[in-house]
Amino acid sequence: MIRTLTVRPISMRGRIHLAGSFMDEVRTAISSSRREFLRMAAGSCVYSRVRGFAPLGAPVLPKLRKTVVVTFGGGARDDETFRPEGQENIPLLLHELIPQATFFTQVINRGILGHYVATASLATGAYETFDNFAAVPPENPTVFEYFRRDLKRPATDTWVVAPSNGFNRIGESGNSSYGAGMGAGVILPKQLLSVLLPNGGSQQYQHLLRDNYEAPFYSPQLSGNNLDLAKLSEILRLSVADFSEHARSLASPDELSVYIAKRLMRQYSPSLLWITLHDIDVAHAGAFSLYIDGIRRSDRLCSEIWREIQSDPEYAGKTTMFIAPDFGRDGDDTSGGNGFQHHRTGDAVSRTTWMMVLGPGIKQNVVVDRPVESTDLVPTLGAMYGFSPRFAQGKPLIEVL
Amino acid sequence: MLPGELTSNQFLGYPPRARQLATDNLALLKKLPLVFLPLLLREVKAYDWKFPAEQNEVDVQFAFLNSLSEDDLRRLMEGFSQIQISPELSQLDWVNSPEVFSHYFAAALWATNQNDAFRTASISYVNEYRRSAPVQPLPVKRLTMVVVGQGVQETRYPVFRRLRGHGVSYSAVDPGNGLERLLAAATARAHAHPIPFAHWYVDGGSPVKTTDSGLTCMSYESLSPLRVAVLREMRTIMRMSKGPEKTERLLAGLEPGQFEASVHTEDPILSHFQLSIFAEGSGTQFYSTTFAQWTAHELLRRAQPLTALVRFAPRQVQRPMDEMMADSGENFPVDPEGSLVDADMGAYYIWLNQRRLGESNQASFLAWFEGHRQAIAISPSLPAGTESHEPTSIARLLETVT
Repeated sequence: MIRTLTVRPISMRGRIHLAGSFMDEVRTAISSSRREFLRMAAGSCVYSRVRGFAPLGAPVLPKLRKTVVVTFGGGARDDETFRPEGQENIPLLLHELIPQATFFTQVINRGILGHYVATASLATGAYETFDNFAAVPPENPTVFEYFRRDLKRPATDTWVVAPSNGFNRIGESGNSSYGAGMGAGVILPKQLLSVLLPNGGSQQYQHLLRDNYEAPFYSPQLSGNNLDLAKLSEILRLSVADFSEHARSLASPDELSVYIAKRLMRQYSPSLLWITLHDIDVAHAGAFSLYIDGIRRSDRLCSEIWREIQSDPEYAGKTTMFIAPDFGRDGDDTSGGNGFQHHRTGDAVSRTTWMMVLGPGIKQNVVVDRPVESTDLVPTLGAMYGFSPRFAQGKPLIEVL
Repeated sequence: MLPGELTSNQFLGYPPRARQLATDNLALLKKLPLVFLPLLLREVKAYDWKFPAEQNEVDVQFAFLNSLSEDDLRRLMEGFSQIQISPELSQLDWVNSPEVFSHYFAAALWATNQNDAFRTASISYVNEYRRSAPVQPLPVKRLTMVVVGQGVQETRYPVFRRLRGHGVSYSAVDPGNGLERLLAAATARAHAHPIPFAHWYVDGGSPVKTTDSGLTCMSYESLSPLRVAVLREMRTIMRMSKGPEKTERLLAGLEPGQFEASVHTEDPILSHFQLSIFAEGSGTQFYSTTFAQWTAHELLRRAQPLTALVRFAPRQVQRPMDEMMADSGENFPVDPEGSLVDADMGAYYIWLNQRRLGESNQASFLAWFEGHRQAIAISPSLPAGTESHEPTSIARLLETVT
């Protein structure tokens, strides 16, 4: 006997035939999907428009604010996150962080969908067009340069923790008005690991050197950010014994990055800290289960970072955290791609992602449906801090100001 | 060089059938816009190594383009003509190396934000020529069979979750001789409709031995020498620090003749296809689940088979990428549970890819959890989103689904 099952439609989205209006339709469907889900998951306090809501808890903004930006290099799709079948992969984002956040359901990336160039675009607020695999600095000034020059902040007040050599130049741009010496220190934790554990540790810690699929093809020489690693490890109080002990308990490169970021927070308390996670990008190797593992790990690590912020007196009550994938991944319905594996088609699913903002002064449990762009992040930070991102293309997100 | 300057002598470097095709259509080629022409020539250059279904697609395109008036051709190509390219790009040797042009062109589209315009023009073009293609009924309805979960003893993983809404979910299938039954069904179809490259058996591990099956067979194990040889080539290219894009281009340019000792087929079409799976696929070189999924993706897209049996096998555990690229030849532990998740998604993608083929509304699909009692059958005659808990067998399922 055959019985009827109650099942949800396999996809809300139709096949993408055209750019333009149909792309908009798909983006709206993505947005609706996230909004509906959030309404279910977070209860009745989710609003589809920012105007007219009753904010839940908006403490007075302290003068000495700090910001932590967490980006996912290797975005995660709705199918594996915000859609009903993906909810199990992001329990902490959903139940712990989103209820405290203003959530943007449609963040569109109109630039090149490569991780370094897209993260650089996030950091400059302008769509960078350089070769994703070139060891070059962004063309436009970075948020770190605006922050430091306009606010006269010292070099130790802004840092980037990045996943691989390719990101080494992200701390400061090639813009002649800013550039050298004006940007952020960039820490590549895997490089630090190799310096601290030069002998005997390599086999034991290979799992932390595991990189994304593209990395074996591309290991540019480090240049332009010649941090004195020995000195840095000294400042971070990373003794070999201590580091060895912790490194053994870490499961992936992203865990190593978060471990380093926490040390950085404890030792330097930087006002602007940028952490780029990258484990999810293992998806390029085509193993769906490993991609899911990466999403679950990112979910856990975002929660860990937020808890660290709340437990550190230097950060608690005065820190805004932004969480945003750099972009999505290809949709299953786009015939030119292979679904989750890559982000090559430029379809609406791969260009549309989300962002959540948490912290004092940020309205909680609010959903913003209007389309915004990934380049809006830097102007938003500029408006928050009072610096002028004069080369940025985006606009401040008024909903979090 | 501009398209109007083309001469037949410029195609002397093409394989024989490709050269003939280009020469026969020279007058048309000279009228096509520069952005479009190298992309068509890429297909022409590879014509000799294409599956019959692909060759037919190229033939249909030429027949369609030749049938258009000057005005209609100009209108059809308008979207492509509006795309701007740099002088450097137009000066590439796009006749002899259209694949190189294609690589740089793709990068230029991203950098100049012309991706959407190109996609729109491409989709419109494909829809137009496909509408003009004569409809040829298939000799038999398509059947795709997918086997997942080899090596998994017990699991709580909800297998076939993505497919459940589209067919009948079975929970009491007798697993006895299941694989043999599926293989026998594929073999019977191959014998009944002996068409080249129309019936396939892909195995992500060690294949079940087949003799005179009429099936085109590919397995991760039997292709291991080729896989290792491609990995060796990848390492050589990596040592030259060429970067991912150049590496990809160099790999795509590999020829089976460079791997004679590792290629075990004399069929030039099949040997090119096998090489492309490893040289152009991402992760196929070290994850058997990726190999099975991507091979199925490509054979459905390219060979458009009447029958496909795809069996997933456990892949190795995740290790540092450098180590996997090195392929030391050691036997590393496998991850059956993770491979089940990979294969489950793979089964869904295979079904999606089958749906993209002609007469897909008549096609049948069967997926089975190897050694277990769960299966799903999808066909136009079966009610979608239903389940059956009554005892049944693989043989019975095959009767039902076809």
